[in-house]
Amino acid sequence: MYEFFQQMLNGVSLGSIYALIALGYTMVYGIINLINFAHGDIMMVGAYVGFFSIAILGVGVVPAMVFAMLACALLGVVIEKLAYKPLRNSTRIAALITAIGVSLFLEYATIWLLTPQQRSFPIGTFPEKNYYFFDQQLVLTNKDLFVLVAAVALMVLLQYIVKHTRIGKSMRAVSQDMEAAMLMGINVDKTISYTFAIGSALAAAAGVMVGVYYNTIDPLMGIIPGLKAFVAAVIGGIGIIPGAMMGGFVMGILEALVSGYGSSLYRDAVAFAVLILILLFKPTGIFGKDTGEKV
Amino acid sequence: MKINKKLVLLLMVAFLVSIVAGCGGAATKTETEKTPAPAKEPIKIGLNVELSGGVASYGTNCRNGIVMAFDEINKAGGVNGRKIEYIVMDCKSDAAEATNVAARLVQKQVVALIGPLVTGSVLGATPIATQNKIPLVAPAATALPATVDEETGKTKEFVFRTCFLDPFQGGLMGNYAADTLKAKKAAILMDTSTDYAKGLAQAFKESFTKKGGTIVAEEGFVKGDKDFKSTLTKIKNKAPDVVYVPGYYNETGLIAKQARELGITVPLLGGDGWDSADLVNIAGAKALNHTFFTNHYSPQDNDPKVVKFVQAYKAAYKTTPDAFAALGYDSAYLVADAIKRAGSTDGVKIKDALAATTNFTGVTGTFSMDQYHNPVKSAVLIEMVDGKQVVRTKIKP
Repeated sequence: MYEFFQQMLNGVSLGSIYALIALGYTMVYGIINLINFAHGDIMMVGAYVGFFSIAILGVGVVPAMVFAMLACALLGVVIEKLAYKPLRNSTRIAALITAIGVSLFLEYATIWLLTPQQRSFPIGTFPEKNYYFFDQQLVLTNKDLFVLVAAVALMVLLQYIVKHTRIGKSMRAVSQDMEAAMLMGINVDKTISYTFAIGSALAAAAGVMVGVYYNTIDPLMGIIPGLKAFVAAVIGGIGIIPGAMMGGFVMGILEALVSGYGSSLYRDAVAFAVLILILLFKPTGIFGKDTGEKV
Repeated sequence: MKINKKLVLLLMVAFLVSIVAGCGGAATKTETEKTPAPAKEPIKIGLNVELSGGVASYGTNCRNGIVMAFDEINKAGGVNGRKIEYIVMDCKSDAAEATNVAARLVQKQVVALIGPLVTGSVLGATPIATQNKIPLVAPAATALPATVDEETGKTKEFVFRTCFLDPFQGGLMGNYAADTLKAKKAAILMDTSTDYAKGLAQAFKESFTKKGGTIVAEEGFVKGDKDFKSTLTKIKNKAPDVVYVPGYYNETGLIAKQARELGITVPLLGGDGWDSADLVNIAGAKALNHTFFTNHYSPQDNDPKVVKFVQAYKAAYKTTPDAFAALGYDSAYLVADAIKRAGSTDGVKIKDALAATTNFTGVTGTFSMDQYHNPVKSAVLIEMVDGKQVVRTKIKP
């Protein structure tokens, strides 16, 4: 019985990491209908910025996260201007392939600049504490709580920005109809830049947290979590912010249960099988509404 | 047409010149073969090592160990009254290049070859050694096919190694878990993406069950995994006495950390893939307490022979010798010892002497060659204590 609860806890803590990454994914998709496959790699860059802030400047985790968010917001805007903007009026597949190109570019540029060597954070970066319950049967670490709280807080913040601020309003307008928004006097370029800045900053926050959580970072750390977060975003309904959160938890718990009660080697297979099933039977995801194509 | 004629003439002249030059070369060669080398001439030994490319660090450290050994031997008077002359060549971490280098060394009339280090390159150099009947000692080729033809099961006549095979240490760890740690139930969590870890796990399972132990869980992970908590929770509930985790430090470090977080306090065991300074950075010193792993050698060993080797190496190269340097050092002494016992520099006689090696004492342990040209030697058992490697014992096969 306790084993089951422990597995649920494991799942929720893994799920909050997926949720954290999925938030940025889903937001960018929601606004400009682009699956930004470079999202996981922006997360990796964020983790490296955080790492160097902590290891060289000697700052704490929270300031490191702020640095990483600022640096990646800038990086996101630059990527959008250089790679995606020239393709804004071409097919969606062109933009998608470009995103994969950006992803590979970030991965291998980092390997070239910083070697493929795995790095670990200096000892004592995050003072760890374990909480035990029920005669040591259940364990929870403060890292799990940190990631969970951060994921929920960022989700609420993001939801607030999109629903209740001026920039959020223009984002939603752009997402509904780019040309109409332009005619209404909305600066579309600026809005899309903001979208990428916010999305990339979220990725950076996730990157620093993943780095601290597992205590290791490497140039290819963004690939698998990026893919899993993409699945999470699709499960929740891509473009829907609370959906990303939900999808992340579903994925995390599913993986924990598969490893715990099935075979640990089928874990990834099950995760991607779920993606296929969702796309077959409910392509709009758990929270998605079937709106149909506007004519 | 005129030009063509001239060209043909030129080519013919060039062809003739080359034939003459070729003959000249061949003539001098037979001449040297006819006149036997005077007794005081140095014995030539070829070093075919990776000094550049992917595994350059292995080859460089190994070369340092070999060179140090031969310098020591020469200082002590050489072998059978003759000095050793070593010829070092770089095989660039490439199997094809290893073949070329072996051929070039054979042309320089070496009596034995040491290296290359990795199994693939050893396989590249093997045909040259076999055709020319020159023994090849591989210091660190840990995969089976280096000395044994996998298809026919026959031992390769001229190839020997000084390291133990990968799975071998899994068997030793199984014995240690059952005999010394008194474990009855063991769980295995292995890196299923490498043959290395699978081989270790298999050997551990065989030796542990032979001693009466039971394997209560067999779980896997793949290279690059970061989250092991669900699998570890499952293992925890099976209440094993030890958990065997063959794999490389990137993942095993995280496993140690997460296992301790989940309250798994039993010993964690591993193989030489654990050996890295990064292990402590990833897992943290505290999580690694009560973990044990096997290795070829440890610079922390208190054995006087090892202490002397480490001191001399540090004095010469300003760094602590790793397992490759130690294996190179032992390979050099092994070859010198075989030449001494053979009393000759004839390849076949040296080969027979190498095959007959018994109780050769090196810094990586005392060993004898078995029928497959693999050394039967002990492994060093290392315990992690507050982030430091402490040599606990040497496990005999």
